[in-house]
Amino acid sequence: MTDIFRAEGLGKTYPGVRANDDISFAVAAGEIHALLGENGAGKSTLVKMIYGLVRPDEGRMIFAGHPHAPADPRAARAAGVAMVFQHFSLFDALTVAENIALGMENPPPRAELSRRIAELSQGYGLPLNPARRIATLSAGERQRVEILRCLLQNPRLLIMDEPTSVLTPQEAEILFATLRQLAERGTAILYISHKLEEIRSHCDRATILRHGKVVGTVDPRAHSAPELAAMMVGAEMRVIDRSGRNPGAMVLAVAGLSTPAGRSEGVALKDVALRLHAGEILGIGGVAGNGQEELLSALSGEIATAPGTVMLESADLSALPPEARRRAGLLSAPEDRLGHAAVPEFSLTENTLLTAGSRQNLIRRGLIDHAAARNFAQSVIRAFDVRTPGPGTAAGALSGGNLQKFVIGREVLGNPRVLVVNQPTWGVDAGAAAAIRQALLDLAAQGAGVIVISQDLDELLELSDRFCALNEGRLSAPRPTEGLSVAEIGLMLGGAHGMEVAHVPA
Amino acid sequence: MFRLEPRASAPLLWQVATPVLAVIATMIAGGILFAALGFDPVAAIRTIFWDPLFGPAASYSRPQLLVKAGPLILIACGLALGFRAGIWNIGAEGQYIIGAICGAAVALAAYPADAFWIFPAMILAGALGGWAWGMIPAVLRNWFGASEILVSLMLVYVAQKIAAWMAFGPMKNPEGFNFPGSRNLQQYEPASNPELIAGTGLHWGVIVAGIALLVTWFVMSRHVLGFHIRTAGAAPRAARFAGVRPERLVALCLGVSGALAGLAGLFEVAGPAGQITESFGSGYGFTAIIVAFLGRLHPLGILLAGLLMALTYIGGELAQLMLQLPAATVQVFQGMLLFFLLGFDVLTRYRIRRRHA
Amino acid sequence: MMIDPIAVFVLLLGAATPILFAALGELVVERAGVLNLGVEGMMIGGALAGFAAAHATGSPALGFVAAAFAGVALSMIFAFLSLYLLSNQVATGLALTLFGLGLTAMFGKPYEGVKAPAMMAGPLGLNLMIWLGLAMVPVVWWALTRTRPGLILRAVGENHDAAHALGYPVRRVRLGAIAFGGAMAGMGGAYISIATVLQWTEGMTAGAGWIALAIVVFAQWNPWGVLAGAWLFGGVTVLQLRLQAAGVAVPVQLLSMAPYLATILVLVLISARQKFGRSAGGAAPGSLGRPFHALR
Repeated sequence: MTDIFRAEGLGKTYPGVRANDDISFAVAAGEIHALLGENGAGKSTLVKMIYGLVRPDEGRMIFAGHPHAPADPRAARAAGVAMVFQHFSLFDALTVAENIALGMENPPPRAELSRRIAELSQGYGLPLNPARRIATLSAGERQRVEILRCLLQNPRLLIMDEPTSVLTPQEAEILFATLRQLAERGTAILYISHKLEEIRSHCDRATILRHGKVVGTVDPRAHSAPELAAMMVGAEMRVIDRSGRNPGAMVLAVAGLSTPAGRSEGVALKDVALRLHAGEILGIGGVAGNGQEELLSALSGEIATAPGTVMLESADLSALPPEARRRAGLLSAPEDRLGHAAVPEFSLTENTLLTAGSRQNLIRRGLIDHAAARNFAQSVIRAFDVRTPGPGTAAGALSGGNLQKFVIGREVLGNPRVLVVNQPTWGVDAGAAAAIRQALLDLAAQGAGVIVISQDLDELLELSDRFCALNEGRLSAPRPTEGLSVAEIGLMLGGAHGMEVAHVPA
Repeated sequence: MFRLEPRASAPLLWQVATPVLAVIATMIAGGILFAALGFDPVAAIRTIFWDPLFGPAASYSRPQLLVKAGPLILIACGLALGFRAGIWNIGAEGQYIIGAICGAAVALAAYPADAFWIFPAMILAGALGGWAWGMIPAVLRNWFGASEILVSLMLVYVAQKIAAWMAFGPMKNPEGFNFPGSRNLQQYEPASNPELIAGTGLHWGVIVAGIALLVTWFVMSRHVLGFHIRTAGAAPRAARFAGVRPERLVALCLGVSGALAGLAGLFEVAGPAGQITESFGSGYGFTAIIVAFLGRLHPLGILLAGLLMALTYIGGELAQLMLQLPAATVQVFQGMLLFFLLGFDVLTRYRIRRRHA
Repeated sequence: MMIDPIAVFVLLLGAATPILFAALGELVVERAGVLNLGVEGMMIGGALAGFAAAHATGSPALGFVAAAFAGVALSMIFAFLSLYLLSNQVATGLALTLFGLGLTAMFGKPYEGVKAPAMMAGPLGLNLMIWLGLAMVPVVWWALTRTRPGLILRAVGENHDAAHALGYPVRRVRLGAIAFGGAMAGMGGAYISIATVLQWTEGMTAGAGWIALAIVVFAQWNPWGVLAGAWLFGGVTVLQLRLQAAGVAVPVQLLSMAPYLATILVLVLISARQKFGRSAGGAAPGSLGRPFHALR
């Protein structure tokens, strides 16, 4: 195999962070090459340099035998590099054809472009209507647009940034079939992920990054998942302690929970029902955008729902606003740390006031007790090992993991009857993620009911006693986690959302 | 080349320094402008910023400082609440006019009675009038989602037309020799808002402005309402999560800022202005926007910014008189000041670093 | 009272033209994701610069050219602050309006009481600027929806992060859009001083810039909607003036509120339709009003 791309000694420094340090590796034509590393290991910075979004401070790149130093993404595209982003770089209000035209240097006239889109999408089993607006497409379909946009350029190197994070396992299988097809035609694929199993089953080689440095390039099939994880994290993973929990009486009963449709971009909840017991962790899985945020909002009180839909220990909370629900013992931690669970510009002290005002007695008769707030912030920092200069630091200055520990800690120390968390370890480094998971397990062991909403199936299998899936606003019946296979979960998550129709001729 | 790197929090030093820098830059740019127009820049700047306080005619102009600063501060206090919450009431000028008209209406209806309740009733009417005018954009935003920026601004023009109508029609002084304009309330003692201590410029409006500053400071720093306002402005979703109801905040901020602007108008019509005329609105409602920003939406800052803006008004008049500078100089100054402030503000929000080539 | 419909329509076209220019310009700015509340300031700047140039040269055409330049110059202050110093767009636009009003009041004094030169006549008894304004509607529509620069501009306005990730120069695109908006607002303002009022008076745009902003919302960011909105506004204005002239028993001051009240009304109607209607999200560009800062 010939190397199509080679990096030699690449380095990039951001203020206070050495994002990439002396990175050297090579990708061969026709291979699926994984770039493996935990959050913050420097994967994003590295691919942004290849794609011309970031310029390296040191080192050089060679692409197809020529020095590769793209000034911007257009130059990179002209050279033959294409990229599918994790957070799609699509324009919701524009059509599929317009979006694809934007990704090309010299798009053909409309009619010709539409014809080529139709042709190519059929060829790869990725059917798309060029006239549809992006806003009307599902996550899987949007990814198809991104991929087609890249394929129309005939790239020699295709970069995929965590592409399966928005897909069900079945959808992911279809994606890998497409990628394999591409690789067989000689395209090199640089595949970024932290999901060990999919890398082991689908990638030819893997380059592992840790703290901005290359740990090594290996054949992923020759190593077990724990071995790869150890290379990625640098030490054995902390063992999670699941002991000491026995489900007790029912604490939360949700029945007939629906939210109004069509208001925002999200999905409406449709007749959701669940029962949560004291000391239990209920895992709710699902691909992003299937109603996770709406479910959290309906439980936190941001959305009021019909009477009798949210019952906490026989008290009807459905009509109550967030503060009253907190007083009753129903606490929650939303997914978005910056701007939803916390205010980035505010100090940690002020951020305690968002949710702990009444439970910690920080606000009395409308007056704020700043000293008490600072003490409480201090105790969260201590109890959850939040790395920060002090409670006066702005939330936005903390790393993702530390802020997440603060957000979760703020609620856990509130001594909830029920805690609902959405994506508790998203974008968090492995150490912080382990600490957060342990905190949730400990909370359940002390007798609280916990609902964990997450897209990370491994996390859900690790934490929860029962598992249910959220798909297009509907919640499936719960299944005990013991003995549940990934394939079964995939079907619970909605299978391939109709994608198999395209692939398997009827 | 330089690049900007966002700061997690705004350092206090820069928060204080940028308004000062903006004022200095405005003086320099103003000086250049005057020189270009053929005036002596040093004399012009001194006339505007120094003479009103310490010049030969200072004994006349110094009291004017409180007279002009009072309404500016009163209005800016209300606006600052809304701006903090991301609610843009830019129609304070209209609320100011309507407050004045409502207050004057009480006085003119009572004329020529002499009773203790007339002035308090005027104050109430002024506040209510401004509140009602401010609630129109609030209601239209809450019910229909209409932009409060555009609605509140359109209502300024409507209020100006109403003032003109009043001056020519319903409120015209029957003993005014057919000149447009209402009776002069300064000459109707139960309804007048006089200078309380001779030679200071202190009137009831200034006292109310002081109270407004204290209350604003208390609410913003100690009360949960202020916390909710700041949260709503910084992160609307976090505010909702904390239990803030956006509709209530919109009604509260627009209502309160309308009421304060209405009060400012009332004190003006009962005092310094004396009567409702076609051109009663003199731009305080717009200048107060600059006061609020220049004061960093903080009560202490608003106090200083209000005094500074008052100074430019008085200095501008003085410069017009002494140096024949154009009357609009003050407006240009105020506009430039806001530009410079917004520009320098980059220093509080970002760190400036040299870009590596 | 007899009203000749054609004569009224001609008057309507004239009354609509300043708003049409300013609103089309602002539409392009907003489609690029920028909210410039300084339209009123750029219009008044154009009104004075255009009037002064027309008066000095005797050529209204040169007046409009000067007005366009004045609008661009003022818009560049806004562009510099909002694009490069990342200032709050709402506050910066307001500052531009206040500054423009002050600046023109200062420099406009010598032109008070001076008469404007005769307007350039065009076909069908309509002056050339009316024709130009009408022509700009399809031109803007075509450029936005059918050309590649238009596509890129819409992409930048819809999602500036994605546009940046694809390698499009977000700030440069916005700079161009803001300049276009400035030129259009300047010409719209000059139409008021050169072709409608025929003289310069302080603050003569009287809220036309704000009405233009409202019309962009009313039009749902569509050029043809802007034409409808401008005509609606022109109709209300002409009707109101006709009623004044006919001596209806309503005070003049109250009649002259009509355009402002009508603006509020259409704003409420369109907002309500968006809020309660089927179309979720509305037609507003996705990145409208949000500052763009790329970490590089």
